Parts: sequence; structure tokens; C-alpha cells
Amino acid sequence: MEIAQVHERLRSELGDGVLELKSLFDPVIEVAPEAIARVAVFLKEAPELRLDTLMCLSGVDYGKSFAVAYHLFSLQHRHKVALKVMLTKEEPTLPTVEGVWKSANWFEREAYDLYGIIFSGHSDLRRILLPDDWEGHPMRKDWQYPASYRGVPL
Amino acid sequence: MGQAQGHLRIENKDMKVLEELKDRVMLTTVGRAFQWARASSLWPMTFGLACCAIEMMAMVASRYDIDRFGAGVFRATPRQSDLMIVSGTVTHKMASRIKRLYDQMPEPRYVIAMGSCAINGGPFNPHAYSVLKGIDLYIPVDVYLPGCPPRPEALLYALKQLQEKIKAKGGDSPSPRAAAK
Repeated sequence: MEIAQVHERLRSELGDGVLELKSLFDPVIEVAPEAIARVAVFLKEAPELRLDTLMCLSGVDYGKSFAVAYHLFSLQHRHKVALKVMLTKEEPTLPTVEGVWKSANWFEREAYDLYGIIFSGHSDLRRILLPDDWEGHPMRKDWQYPASYRGVPL
Repeated sequence: MGQAQGHLRIENKDMKVLEELKDRVMLTTVGRAFQWARASSLWPMTFGLACCAIEMMAMVASRYDIDRFGAGVFRATPRQSDLMIVSGTVTHKMASRIKRLYDQMPEPRYVIAMGSCAINGGPFNPHAYSVLKGIDLYIPVDVYLPGCPPRPEALLYALKQLQEKIKAKGGDSPSPRAAAK
């Protein structure tokens, strides 16, 4: 199925949470933050879609806003879909999709570790790459390089 | 007896030794014998962190064989090893674990900082925030071996240098208690 058809299907099924189909470098379906959990469940369960693999979940910092990008793949139908959720800097929170795809567990931990994006409902949201007592989220555009960590110069 | 003689043997011109025993009797001190024993049987800990570990494995393999220097017995536990070859990039997250393993090694213990990442952070200096800029910020290092990665022969040379350091006067590891005296 092409992504335009997937978009139509999603629109008809779930209505208001699904926003527009953006054609960037690759076409991307933009989804509202509060609707992402329902969209994820539908994309995995629908028989003609069956997007059962979350290839990647990435955090993005656009300078004035955050985003989370999902890349999904279907092993049965061999088609791909990309989703994007735009977030504000004041409240970078959205529901987790860990219940739908188990691999989202570590992906969301990484997005939290590096960007500070909070995934509500996540079972174990803590740092994964950096030490547990690290302060700050380094991949943010406004992150400052600290002078030292635990007394050791950086 | 070979080259060990040069370090161990003490030449004492006054001692009368029978001609036929000169080849079989050697005069030495306990200190020198201990230092020779320590240098000739350094047991490293398996501590490969990154790419330098591959070169360390190459050194352990048959072509550059480290076993002929007595150091081929790699111990998995720090409690039984006396050499830690820090081979690879050290992140801040890993540094606290390295410190703990170093503390668990019994003395005399030695450290070879292998590769530029262990010396000063290597290619990740200065911009990487997660990389420790040199393992000597946490533990004392005996031999620094530059390279990215150093060839296996270079690591053998570093081992030789460490052996010379141990056999030289006061070649014990820089332990805090000794420094405090």
C-alpha cells in the first residue's frame, strides 16, 4: 500500500488525531501527540496494513520545537510508513508506543536520554547511553558543554 | 639462563667459585629475583574495550605470541591478575567500573594505557562529552603506548618496557600506600 492510501485509511478510521500528509524528502504522516497511541494500535492490527516492526524511533530538535519520528515496516506486506509527531519545547510529552512495539522501549529511553522527551506510560524511562547521574540532554540545540563531570574535566 | 642472567647475576669478584660450578651457580639478591619473577610472569586481565582490543587479541594469537614473554595467561578476574591493559575508548560511564576493577587488583599491579583513547581521549578529544580524556585521570598508568591502534609489535614493545621498569630499581607499582610513606 502506498503511504497516501495509508493516510486515507487512517483518516477515515481515526479522524481528528491524524493530521496531514507532508511530502518532505519522503512522505510523512503527521500525527497529533495525544493520538499516537491509537494510531499505533490501528497500524499494527489492521489486516491490510500489519505494520508490525518499528524500525526506528528518533527524537528531533528543530530549534524551536521538538518532534518524534517513527519508521514502521510490515514484514507481511513489505511496505513502509513514516510518522511524525510535532511537540512544543515547553511540554515535550507524548504517550508511549511500548505496548504496541516492544522495541520502542529502548528507542524511547534514548530519545529521553538525549532530548528530554517524556513518554508517558513508559515502564522504565531512564537514561540508557549516558551515566545515570548525568545532567542535561546533549542533543538539544541549546545544550551547553559542561566544564566537568564528577570532578573530572571534560 | 639466557638474558635473565644479566639482571639477576651479581658479580662478586671476591667469591671463590670452583671452575666447574661457574656455569651452574649464580649469585643474586632476593629483591632482584622477585623483580625478575614479577616481570617475567605478568598476568593480564581481559580488558578489551574497543578497537585496540582487536590488536591485543592479535598479539595474543600465534604470530606475535605474548605467551613467550610469560604474559599469555589472561585472567578474567582482577583478583588474579597483575596487569591491566586498558585497550580502547573509555567513557565516563565505564570509568567508574574501571576504577572499581583496578581497586580489586592485588598489588603489585601495573597498567598499560594502550592506544590514544586511553592516553588522552584520542580522536574524541576535545569534543566528545561522553569520553573520558585519558584513563590516567582515574588510575595511575605505568606505560603509555601511542597508536590508533598500535600494532601488536608495539604492544609487545610496551610490555618489554614495562618489564624493564619492573626490573629497574624501585620498579614497584605506584600504590597510594607507598606514596604516602
